[in-house]
Amino acid sequence: MAALGQHAVSKVKNAESQLVQEWIAALEASGGTRNVKGDELKADTREFLQLITSSLENGAGTAIGAAQWEDTRQFLERLSRNRAQMGQDSSQTANFIFALKGPFFALLQKEFASEPQLLAEQLLQASELFDALGLHTIRTYQASREAVIRRQQEELLELSTPVVKLWDGVLALPMIGTLDSQRTQVVMESLLQRIVDTGSEIAIIDITGVPTVDTLVAQHLLKTVTAIRLMGADCIISGVRPQIAQTIVHLGLDLQGVVTKANLADALALAMRRLGVTFTKAQ
Amino acid sequence: MNVRSSGSQPVRVEQDVVMARQVSRKLAQDCGMRLIDLTKLVTAVSELARNTMVYGGGGDMDWQILDDNGRTGLRLTFRDEGPGIPDIKLAMTDGWTSGGGLGLGLTGAKRLVDEFELDTAPGAGTRVTITRWT
Amino acid sequence: MDRIPILQMGQFLLVTIQVDMHDQLAMTLQDDLSERISATSARGVLIDISALDMVDSFIGRMISTISGLSRIMDAETVVVGLQPAVAITLVELGLTLPGVSTALNVERGMKLLRERVAAQ
Repeated sequence: MAALGQHAVSKVKNAESQLVQEWIAALEASGGTRNVKGDELKADTREFLQLITSSLENGAGTAIGAAQWEDTRQFLERLSRNRAQMGQDSSQTANFIFALKGPFFALLQKEFASEPQLLAEQLLQASELFDALGLHTIRTYQASREAVIRRQQEELLELSTPVVKLWDGVLALPMIGTLDSQRTQVVMESLLQRIVDTGSEIAIIDITGVPTVDTLVAQHLLKTVTAIRLMGADCIISGVRPQIAQTIVHLGLDLQGVVTKANLADALALAMRRLGVTFTKAQ
Repeated sequence: MNVRSSGSQPVRVEQDVVMARQVSRKLAQDCGMRLIDLTKLVTAVSELARNTMVYGGGGDMDWQILDDNGRTGLRLTFRDEGPGIPDIKLAMTDGWTSGGGLGLGLTGAKRLVDEFELDTAPGAGTRVTITRWT
Repeated sequence: MDRIPILQMGQFLLVTIQVDMHDQLAMTLQDDLSERISATSARGVLIDISALDMVDSFIGRMISTISGLSRIMDAETVVVGLQPAVAITLVELGLTLPGVSTALNVERGMKLLRERVAAQ
């Protein structure tokens, strides 16, 4: 496949600062510069132009998998990772490449005005190249985005289920959101470990924020209660909503010996009574 | 599925049960198993190794570390040339025991692992294979 | 032949299991402990299993038996230090140690024993 002609490449090189200027203008018009600092954008655009001109000078074709495009690919991978972390969407990120098309084509048009056949050929080549680079950017963006989502899911898992100390010897686990079996397992393990670490005698599992439970999750809950009791601590389940109570009864699960309370306040009051703590209102 | 490494361990006397636990713990650690999964596996090993020794009249524990699509697993096979189990259904019932145990060995071990396979016939010995993935 | 040591502290007996137990060792402990309860007229037994990284059905049965034995001999038994992973495994195994009193650590276990004995 024929590359962009060396003539065209040298023209691009000479017109670099003008191209950068028009490119940035196009980027700004398309809203692709959101959250990106002006200096950074200038540096990025200039670096990218230099990278592609030097690749083209080395005779690189439009197949961007080639070794000559290695540096450019790496640059784009870095760029899309940054953009993904900044919270830009995929089209804004891809626009970084596509906004260069206009100024670039205009330049070619001006330079090859007298040679329509050559112009058409060069335009086709440039178009193919930009499309390939744009696609690569989107692909990398997507991968980075997925990595971000995975990390956030893990963080959410930890954040959404903090084991909190309510009183000396009383731990609470306020569970929020849909419980799947794996999440329940992880959370319960951390609760058990905290009970040992803090020597807490009473643990309250509050499920007010849990919309539904399935058989597996209900069984996990019961197993946790049993494990806590085996370790020598007590467990109270609070915030059992009517639907969940119905599910548990329908599933035929045996809740015998499990202490349940309507809400967290009642559970805490019970825990206090068991610890022999009493409150009086100050006069 | 690839077998990364494998080996074998005798299960004949009481000390061998302790050794089987220690070997499988070490192997599970090498697989990068979480503490809770490791504890479950080692407990299953203890139950099955005891069965091999007490009911099977002694045998062996073969182990394999497996690689399968990015996950790692530990597969253990307990085999003996003992009398075998005449009624598998009965043996897989909670609380049923032919010896003096609690009757939780086979059924309990099954609940503690991801894969469980029992191969036995009267007079043909017993093979129990368990696998736990990371 | 190795044995698990049994310490006496006033009217209580203290057992700390720190080795990977084989079945014979568990049986020996069971026998030794009932002998000592009888010889010392102990009122309580505290078994610390915090160093045990695994409890299977055999050790579970030993714990239940010791608890039952000592109750008949007028002594309370409290088991302390069951690790979270071990507790979860026991539940999965189907062993819930009915009738066995447990406490989180030695300190709470001793407190529980004293309360139980004082209440009698």
